[in-house]
Amino acid sequence: MTEYTVEIVIENKPAARDPEGQTVQKDLINRGGYNTISGVRSGKYFRMKVQASSPDEAKELVFKMTNDLRIFNPVAHVCTINVKGASK
Amino acid sequence: MPIKVAVIQFPGSNCDLDTVYVLNKIMKIETDLIWHAQFKNSDYDAAILPGGFSYGDHLRAGIIAAYSPAMDIVKQMAKEGKPILGICNGFQILVESSLLPGALLQNDCLTFICKWVHIRTETSNSVYTKRIKKGTVIRIPIAHGEGRYFNDEKALKELNNNDQIVFRYSDEKGKITAESNPNGAFESIAGICNLDRNVLGMMPHPERASEPILSPYKSSDGLGIFQSLKQFLEGS
Repeated sequence: MTEYTVEIVIENKPAARDPEGQTVQKDLINRGGYNTISGVRSGKYFRMKVQASSPDEAKELVFKMTNDLRIFNPVAHVCTINVKGASK
Repeated sequence: MPIKVAVIQFPGSNCDLDTVYVLNKIMKIETDLIWHAQFKNSDYDAAILPGGFSYGDHLRAGIIAAYSPAMDIVKQMAKEGKPILGICNGFQILVESSLLPGALLQNDCLTFICKWVHIRTETSNSVYTKRIKKGTVIRIPIAHGEGRYFNDEKALKELNNNDQIVFRYSDEKGKITAESNPNGAFESIAGICNLDRNVLGMMPHPERASEPILSPYKSSDGLGIFQSLKQFLEGS
């Protein structure tokens, strides 16, 4: 078994809009002169350590957990899971 | 057996005592305030999930309470047809428990809103609105940061077709406008019920609009919801 670092990113589906991301872009980033930056999205981020025998197994376990425990609301959110490799 | 209602208290609940007060003292319905871990049987005739910030709203408002063992009993009660009312955070818990469909997202304005609003009663066909005529405008306070109701287009259509939208934010004349929608809720939705019409979730606080003395507008409009519940429980 190896310990992997896994990241979860949860963001609103486009249809649910993202008022925080929109405000940060429009009223902070763009207004601050960074006009070449667009498509800002806000979300929630989790990082965790997972014992598994492969990166795929680590991802599968976290995927199951996020669905079992509604870490995201499937009606409104998109959830992305990334395995960042073995923990150091 | 006398009718008995449970108000379930989670760490971070508020207005729980207000709700118990309204039911016991004004409505004269025997009501217990019960700590969620002590809520172990479904002998009660109805359950109310009060407002507040259960578990600090961590992860998402209502999600941690939704996994409390107390909610297994609430689900059982809902299945038996008993009335379940979720107010504000209670609505968020009902949505996260899948007892009601959809999601309650951060307000469009990104801030916590605490103010008196108007809501229009969209149906009298629910346990909580049987004494309120369709179209009646109710003056009632809201107090939330995550109250923007969202569902996809197909689900919204189903909610409309099934007459499950119980309250919409409106102006004082009952007109639905963008200005009268305080949080950006889709279709101005302030409250919905389930298909069996015994589970209601609503963001506004009827317990805070049950005595004129507590309202700057002398509103006791919220009482209609509790009167309807009482009528249902008494089987009249």
